[in-house]
Amino acid sequence: MTKYTDQGKNDTRSGFGAGLAELGRTNPNVVALCADLVGSLKMQKFIEENPDRFFQIGIAEANMMGIAAGLTIGGKIPFTGTFANFSTGRVYDQIRQSIAYSGKNVKICASHAGITLGEDGATHQILEDIGLMKMLPGMVVINPCDYNQTKAATIAIADYDGPVYLRFGRPKVANFTPADQKFEIGKAVLLQEGTDVTIVATGHLVWEALQAAEELASKGISSEVINIHTIKPLDKEAILKSVKKTGCIVTAEEHNYLGGLGESVAGALASAHPTPQEFVATKDTFGESGTPAQLMDKYGLNNKAIITAVSKVIERK
Amino acid sequence: MPELNQLQDIVTQTRRDILRMVHKVNSGHPGGSLGCAEFFVSLYHELMDLNEGFAMDGKGEDLFFLSNGHISPVYYSVLARKGYFAVDELNTFRLINSRLQGHPTTHEGLPGIRIASGSLGQGMSVAIGAAQAKKLNNDTKIIYSLHGDGELQEGQNWEAIMYASGKKVDNLIATIDLNGKQIDGATDDVLPMGDLKAKFEAFDWDVVEIKEGNNIAAILEGMKEAKSRTGKGKPVCVLLYTMMGNGVDFMMHTHAWHGKAPNDEQLESALSQNAETLGDY
Repeated sequence: MTKYTDQGKNDTRSGFGAGLAELGRTNPNVVALCADLVGSLKMQKFIEENPDRFFQIGIAEANMMGIAAGLTIGGKIPFTGTFANFSTGRVYDQIRQSIAYSGKNVKICASHAGITLGEDGATHQILEDIGLMKMLPGMVVINPCDYNQTKAATIAIADYDGPVYLRFGRPKVANFTPADQKFEIGKAVLLQEGTDVTIVATGHLVWEALQAAEELASKGISSEVINIHTIKPLDKEAILKSVKKTGCIVTAEEHNYLGGLGESVAGALASAHPTPQEFVATKDTFGESGTPAQLMDKYGLNNKAIITAVSKVIERK
Repeated sequence: MPELNQLQDIVTQTRRDILRMVHKVNSGHPGGSLGCAEFFVSLYHELMDLNEGFAMDGKGEDLFFLSNGHISPVYYSVLARKGYFAVDELNTFRLINSRLQGHPTTHEGLPGIRIASGSLGQGMSVAIGAAQAKKLNNDTKIIYSLHGDGELQEGQNWEAIMYASGKKVDNLIATIDLNGKQIDGATDDVLPMGDLKAKFEAFDWDVVEIKEGNNIAAILEGMKEAKSRTGKGKPVCVLLYTMMGNGVDFMMHTHAWHGKAPNDEQLESALSQNAETLGDY
């Protein structure tokens, strides 16, 4: 199988910006909206090339979600941009009624998700957004792992007719997936085959899972690593196939264990193939200020935490 | 163009539809529905440029968005009698497996509806988005929307009101149903909103007042005036002064019928005040 190596650190939000810019050139129906965070969301290129198709809403996220819903009625494909916190919890009812229940083709693009937002602290670090969004009937939830995958996902969701939540982050992280990858919504990506444990990760934790697997291999533990970029719809088949071979699973995500990927995986396995599982996730807590690396360490969201979880879950087999 | 008395006949039948719909399921919102019957009938039968049939994208036609979705009975009656769906379907209002949900929705595919509403304060943003899409599509038709006065207590409206003028969304006519009442009582008692005309003007909207919001001739005149002010760089607000429960004596001058259905006797009395014109469903 492919050996994944870091092609150079980059931020997933820049992957979004690059994907949006490409859509600006290829899909005349794509429009973009932003609530006063153009620089943070890396939307400048799209705006520069398509000034008529960009709507600066100001600091008014509820209005932005409603306007996006209205734009779909004229056949547009709106991409909204703001931080994950303001893309979800702040505007939950607007998304629920005007977008999800109304079945509108809005792409809710959410940057600075999770604890790696860093120094701004807990007011801006949302660790509940995956849960909020996956609970909405019909909402697709995607959390790509690196720059290349975020770019590919951004481009892919324009071709899907329906509401999508696309979650990405702030810090520069390893860029290790192929630049020319084909992004398939709902299709897990098997990154590494193994026999002793399945590690299923999403977002920034995918690279950490690969690092953990390498360390585990040196200890004689064979890990199967799966990138679940789409939390909903979940690729249950890929997960089932893997745990039937390995007999245990670790889920890893930059999110609360309540409502996150781990919970979705546990739910799928409980009814189909009960499997020992350990959760690498935050434990029902808010975040705090700090550097991304410090926070990922303190809250148990890195390769070390994955290695610990693997040791525990293998003992439970 | 229909004569005024023809429009009045549709209004009378719409009142009967509203009353019979809410009576059958002993739920729904007759008060605000009755108060806006003349407005809806004027809009759909006279004012709006509408295409045949229903297409979600509504290209090349005027669009209407109802933000205060609880007055769904008047919306459903007017849509049915305009031909968007069979009038008989009004029989299914609020029943299980119906397309006529308690509050309007696209979810069941009811022709004529383009957005779900009911959770208040969201419709103006949606209307603005649809208006901006029309501009992008070089579509010169306009967007109409209706909002409750109590609904303006929701903050999202003021985000939208600020945006619409700031971004010169001048192909929008947002009408406020000024009946002065909400569930808990008079708006002035629940939360006084002061001078709405001054507020909209302060937000740089063009404001048209229709003092007799239950008089078809006054509505037509005011709405035509409002339309003449579109395309001039400002969004247009219509302040429509209405009487909640209009056309049924015991439902007027009170907020009691905001969300309450009449019993058998009350229905009989209400219907006797509004003789059948187009035929009951």
